[in-house]
Amino acid sequence: MELFIQYTLSGLTNGAILALAALGFVLIYKASDVINFAQGEFLLVGAYIIYAMIAQFGLWWPIGMVFTVAIAIGVGVTVERFVLRPMIGEPIISVIMVTIGLSSVLQAIVKMIWGSQPKEFPPFIPSDPVKILGATIGADRLWAIGIAIVLLGAFSLFFRKSREGIAMRAVADDQQAALSMGISVKRIFAWAWSIAAVTAAIAGALVANIVGVSGTISSFGLHVFPVVILGGLDSIPGAIIGGIIIGLLETYTGAYIGQGLNQVVSFIVLIIILMVRPYGLFGQQIIERV
Amino acid sequence: MESGIFHTTYQADMTLRRTHAQKIRVVLLLLFVIVFPFFADRYLLNLANQVGIAIVGAIGLNILVGYTGQISLGQGGFMAVGAYTTGLLTKIFGIPWYLSIPISCFFTALVGAIFGIPSLRLKGLYLAIATIASQEIILWVVTHWNVVTGGVDALVVPNPTLFGERMNTDFNFYWIIWACVGVTALLTVNLFRTHWGRAFIAIRDQDIAASVMGINLFRYKLLAFAVSSFFVGLAGALIAHYRTIVTWERFTIDVSVLYLAMIIIGGLGSVSGSFFGATFMTLLPAVLTNLGRAVKDYIPVIDSFIPYIQQASFGLVIILFLIFEPEGLRKIWNNIKDYFRLWPFSY
Repeated sequence: MELFIQYTLSGLTNGAILALAALGFVLIYKASDVINFAQGEFLLVGAYIIYAMIAQFGLWWPIGMVFTVAIAIGVGVTVERFVLRPMIGEPIISVIMVTIGLSSVLQAIVKMIWGSQPKEFPPFIPSDPVKILGATIGADRLWAIGIAIVLLGAFSLFFRKSREGIAMRAVADDQQAALSMGISVKRIFAWAWSIAAVTAAIAGALVANIVGVSGTISSFGLHVFPVVILGGLDSIPGAIIGGIIIGLLETYTGAYIGQGLNQVVSFIVLIIILMVRPYGLFGQQIIERV
Repeated sequence: MESGIFHTTYQADMTLRRTHAQKIRVVLLLLFVIVFPFFADRYLLNLANQVGIAIVGAIGLNILVGYTGQISLGQGGFMAVGAYTTGLLTKIFGIPWYLSIPISCFFTALVGAIFGIPSLRLKGLYLAIATIASQEIILWVVTHWNVVTGGVDALVVPNPTLFGERMNTDFNFYWIIWACVGVTALLTVNLFRTHWGRAFIAIRDQDIAASVMGINLFRYKLLAFAVSSFFVGLAGALIAHYRTIVTWERFTIDVSVLYLAMIIIGGLGSVSGSFFGATFMTLLPAVLTNLGRAVKDYIPVIDSFIPYIQQASFGLVIILFLIFEPEGLRKIWNNIKDYFRLWPFSY
């Protein structure tokens, strides 16, 4: 039983991080119909910047976090302006490819600055073991779950109450109608990309704290796909619940079945979902079908 | 004074090579391919072989993505199927390479058709994501089916021989690879003059209209996946016998991305575009490495940066092409030709 709780907690942590990565992904898709293959690299950039701030510049971690968020916003806006905006109206394959190219450039830049060796990261979140229901888990993992919940709550509020959030939903629904209501679609796209970069940076910082800083962080980018397809590409609650389900599924499979099946089980789920219910658990039921 | 290419008969419109200039270019290209290995050193031959394999794979992917409009990120997985099938057939059953390569092509076509089944319900983005899943699943099977594939260890294939001669030297294998390139290109060009090929193009342009016109979408989409995977499997099989060492690292999702980049940079839906793209993307890292070596004496740190520069320029090339010339190298080539055809009155 203790083991089960242990696995559950660990799965929830992975799920929380996946949900954060998926959140930015869904946000960009909702606002601009772009699938961002560079989401994993956004995590990578976030993790390395927080590493630079805390380990290399020796900043106090809240200040380092503020700088990281600021840089992430800069990255998001730059990417939107110079890479994605020329792609408006181009076929899907071009948009997919341009984000793939972007991911390659971001990875190369990170490696040029910090090298390809994994980095020792001084954990800024306490990682003392905590006992819950007989299971032991690092406090940093609990923090990850907590931060994820707080952020997701904040985003739900943002989309319901704030001017920008409502404008973003309007753009997602119908760009032309939004334009004619005086909403600047370009600004909304910039918002979407910078928020996505910020959530990815925070997720990256959490990952850095739990498993250390290395190039493998970008593999989260691929694991986001099962999450968003399961939850529905355009649904924020879907990203959260999808993240938790996939996180738990991967951990349970790894623990009880083994054989490395945990690396691939989410992709099997992905194919099944696509065949049975392609709009996911919570997505809108508009999907191109043949 | 010529102002363009005009046809007065249907027969002229149907021919593969229409003008004298085109015929001369084909002959020159053939001559170059035949003469090249006698003058090239091992390094150049090796590069030429890589280019040839890339062209076969790129044409295969272009049939699916460029001509039929089904986005696929599963190329690496299908190449793995081709490589491992031929490798295992030769190693375990002792089937000679010239038989096991065609068998593995047909097997890859079958696997491709099976993984193409989601395309019957999905298109665009969702299909692309589904093919990522198939890539990951195939690669997982390869790395975990230890008994057969050797798992993460390399699969060592016996050297291919013909009449007692070892065939996988750079010089000997050059002929095999470029014969495959020629056959693949010829088959593909002609494929799109047949019923099948036209059905593929109709599906790309407007699938609902195609099905109204009596094209069985189920059948032709699976056929497109099968035909495409056939050539992709051929590329994988050639790698297996050329290198004689098959490892899963050669077939990761990065390979799928690389091939997709080739056909986008070369030109979607065109055989010559596959030639351009495959050549460009294969030579780019080699050229960068040589450039780096050339300037090493002036900028000593550059040596350790070359891999990162290669990766960055890979991404940059994709982004810049998509923004400034989405139709790829083929379009640039056509522009150059048009410029000189109309010279000196080009505008």
